Amino acid sequence: MPRPGFVLDVDRSTPPILFWRGENYSLEKLPADRSRVIYAPEPEAAIDDIDSAIRHALLNPIEMDPLPTLLFPGMKLTIAFDDISLPLPKMTRPDIRQRVIEAVLDLAADAGVDDVHIIAALALHRRMTEDELRHMLGDRVYDAFAPRGMLYQHDAEDQDNLALLGETPHGEEVEINKRAAESDLLVYVNINLVAMDGGWKSTATGLSSYRSLRHHHNTHTMENSRSFMDQHKSELHKSNWRMGEIMKKHGPKIFQIETTVNNDTFPSAFDFLGKREWEWNARDRAKFVASSAALNRTPARMRRNIFQSIEAPHQMTSIQAGEVEAVHKVTTANVYRQQLVEVQGQTDILTMGIPFICPYNVNSIMNPILVMCTGLGYFFNLYRNKPLVREGGVIIMTHPTTNEFHPVHHPSYIDFFEQVLTETTVPSELEARFEKKFAEDEWYKHLYRTGNAYHGVHPFYMWYWGSHALQHCGKVIIVGGDAPTIRRLGFTPASTFNDALEIASDVVGRSPTITHFHTPPIMIADVK
Amino acid sequence: MKALRVDRSTGRFMLARLVSGIDTGTAAKIGPLTLTNCEPPALVNNEWQRVHPLLTGICGSDLATVEGHASTYFEHWVSFPFVPGHEIVGTLDSGERVVIEPVLGHAARGAELPFPDAAPGDGDDYAHLAMPPLEPGIQIGFCNSTGGGWATELIAHASQIHTIASDMPDERAVLVEPVAGGIHAALLAISHANKTETPLFAVLGAGTMGLSAIAALRKYSPQATIIVGARYPAQMRLAKTFGATSVVKPDELMRAVRHAAGCHVVGDYLSSGTHVTIDAVGNSDSIALSLRMTRPRGRIVLMGMPSEVTTDLTGLWHRETQLMGAYTYGTETLPNGTKQRTFLMAIELANEIRAEQMLSATYPLSEYQQALRHASEAGARGAIKVAFDMRQEKLR
Repeated sequence: MPRPGFVLDVDRSTPPILFWRGENYSLEKLPADRSRVIYAPEPEAAIDDIDSAIRHALLNPIEMDPLPTLLFPGMKLTIAFDDISLPLPKMTRPDIRQRVIEAVLDLAADAGVDDVHIIAALALHRRMTEDELRHMLGDRVYDAFAPRGMLYQHDAEDQDNLALLGETPHGEEVEINKRAAESDLLVYVNINLVAMDGGWKSTATGLSSYRSLRHHHNTHTMENSRSFMDQHKSELHKSNWRMGEIMKKHGPKIFQIETTVNNDTFPSAFDFLGKREWEWNARDRAKFVASSAALNRTPARMRRNIFQSIEAPHQMTSIQAGEVEAVHKVTTANVYRQQLVEVQGQTDILTMGIPFICPYNVNSIMNPILVMCTGLGYFFNLYRNKPLVREGGVIIMTHPTTNEFHPVHHPSYIDFFEQVLTETTVPSELEARFEKKFAEDEWYKHLYRTGNAYHGVHPFYMWYWGSHALQHCGKVIIVGGDAPTIRRLGFTPASTFNDALEIASDVVGRSPTITHFHTPPIMIADVK
Repeated sequence: MKALRVDRSTGRFMLARLVSGIDTGTAAKIGPLTLTNCEPPALVNNEWQRVHPLLTGICGSDLATVEGHASTYFEHWVSFPFVPGHEIVGTLDSGERVVIEPVLGHAARGAELPFPDAAPGDGDDYAHLAMPPLEPGIQIGFCNSTGGGWATELIAHASQIHTIASDMPDERAVLVEPVAGGIHAALLAISHANKTETPLFAVLGAGTMGLSAIAALRKYSPQATIIVGARYPAQMRLAKTFGATSVVKPDELMRAVRHAAGCHVVGDYLSSGTHVTIDAVGNSDSIALSLRMTRPRGRIVLMGMPSEVTTDLTGLWHRETQLMGAYTYGTETLPNGTKQRTFLMAIELANEIRAEQMLSATYPLSEYQQALRHASEAGARGAIKVAFDMRQEKLR
């Protein structure tokens, strides 16, 4: 029986706590009697027979007919699937998506369906490479579909292949992939890593265009979501759900397949990273000392390769299929079951170690914009009810935050960093002044459509993701990073954790309460 | 008079060149420049007047001379020994405050004007610059006959003298000459982009000249997008103050231009780019960068004195890029077609932008080594313009 999440009150006997620092980590001593550490629940047990569970879900959907009854010869079937941005880190083969899509294809073959397209629901994310697609879908699916042009990646800038389904009462245009829109059945294959994923967001975001996305990927939405991990208080979800209503009326029939994974994040070589420090045995301590010493001597590029090659052992804990909203209700409950940790009250200072990976730097570089997004966009928002840190409090992150970008994956990020953040870091201001130009830039479109680049507007979305935290916090400090780069982000650099506490005292006084959010593994703080 | 004088000494020039890479102050000490008491230059005729400098700036071309880096091109266009300094605000014997337009043009040499009311910098035949009655010299500060601004006295022809208003501080007036250079370069840029309502300009370098060009571009082309590559915080701040649309580090400039132009990148070049790039640096790297980010059939205005450079010109050939020098000033044709003397425009613009913001430090002549060191390290030390201050000199 896995243990639930846990909040440790730090006393004098508490050992130093692990803080991620990108592709490295350190141990930091937290002040006794006013600090606490939030640990994620232990990994739930995985489903023993995954293939049977998948088949069972397809044959026994929620509020919808079994999948075989929806399949018929001559029909247009489209299977869309979540892209490389999850799960994190990538899972060991076979990926859940491969297993689910193979099962769907088997049923389609049994029904005599031969017009099948498989589409990666990229939205404005980067196109994946062949290796990445093979990892995700398996060689059998890839070799059967990709060479015939029936496995491809959604192109949000291909105007000829987008379909406008209508507008919500709020004036939100719903435009999605034309093949998906014109299909007799759209099967969506999801991995629900966090509570924000899935539901109508799968199709209304993953298969949509900038024209559609801009209605919910904006500062207004982000600043008014409390948080977007809680769909009932998330403007992001409300917008997607409104779009879902249009999809129901004017879009294709959708068979939603949602899966959840446990938070078994690290392979055995790094398993100490998921443990509670006071439970480290001699072997764990030796692993920490040896690995951190080795990483300190390893060139940055090699360090990155080591960490990006990590394949997580996390496994499927649930699968549910059928009608979008009914399915998502069950999925969300399952996500919460694995990730929720009850926390009493807010804190003056929230600390978080930023790890080597976020949804947007898989096989890539965690650039400064993504550091901001990971800390303020994702980790800050991993709450229900109210943020972990009080309004006006301080966030301390640990990360090297170098001025380094992946030129192929993140070209517009470089320009955003150089040309936008030098003008303003205020989300609403940079949205008003710069977003359109980046979104409509032909070169970025070209790189997005033909290369492996994120869309030109994507760095704006990353910045918007952190806008609620920017609004909420009194100061953001990054420990151990490149000072000019951190200042460019509008944050305060600190050389050590103690320096950061000293700097924070200007805002929160000399004896603040401190909470360390010990993630990864991913969790959601249910703040009472 | 007290003066800093450059003598013709090949050995000293070579020594200065060798040492300048390490320290400009030492180069000034062992190079061709000496602080001396000498006879003031004689008035040539009654069209000439004595000028007693109050402030005189230190320009990049002055530093190149002192450091022994000036091109051999100038060997026949200067006369030794000479007193450097051509950014001058001073007083006449009458006490009237003036700024000096330093080019020794046709009028100063008694030659026929190329056209009525021509300014000293006008014309398409430079023979007069090497002809009597003066010794050869392109301008005050490089001519044995006139002296220069790094002294307590010099002479200037009536055509070179511009009276300034009493409310114009010396610190502003000493910047009029480089501001005039900036206006000239800016108008060369604007004239090439006159077919578009929203021209895109890049300015590479934000020292005094680059900043002056930025201010002029903004004034005479208000709709323009001006992207500036500046190395140091003080330069970046002033570039913004003077009207740059955006200011980035030099290594970020090409990306900024690409984004503003909305064009593609093909190899090392932008597919399109600026209508005009003003290169206020003037070395191989800056010219190469300018070629890469200026659109086909665009123009590069070379404002920084380049000397010898090594650059692949294939792109220039293929893109039919114009590479144009911008030395000084004269009579300008404004976007609305009217003609005006650059120097008069410069006095106006210097007042508008409060050009004294660019003057960072002044030194007496006796501290010339420190002054030259400061000038050569200006950017890194947070400075823009360094000048000599003769207001307390006893020999004035």
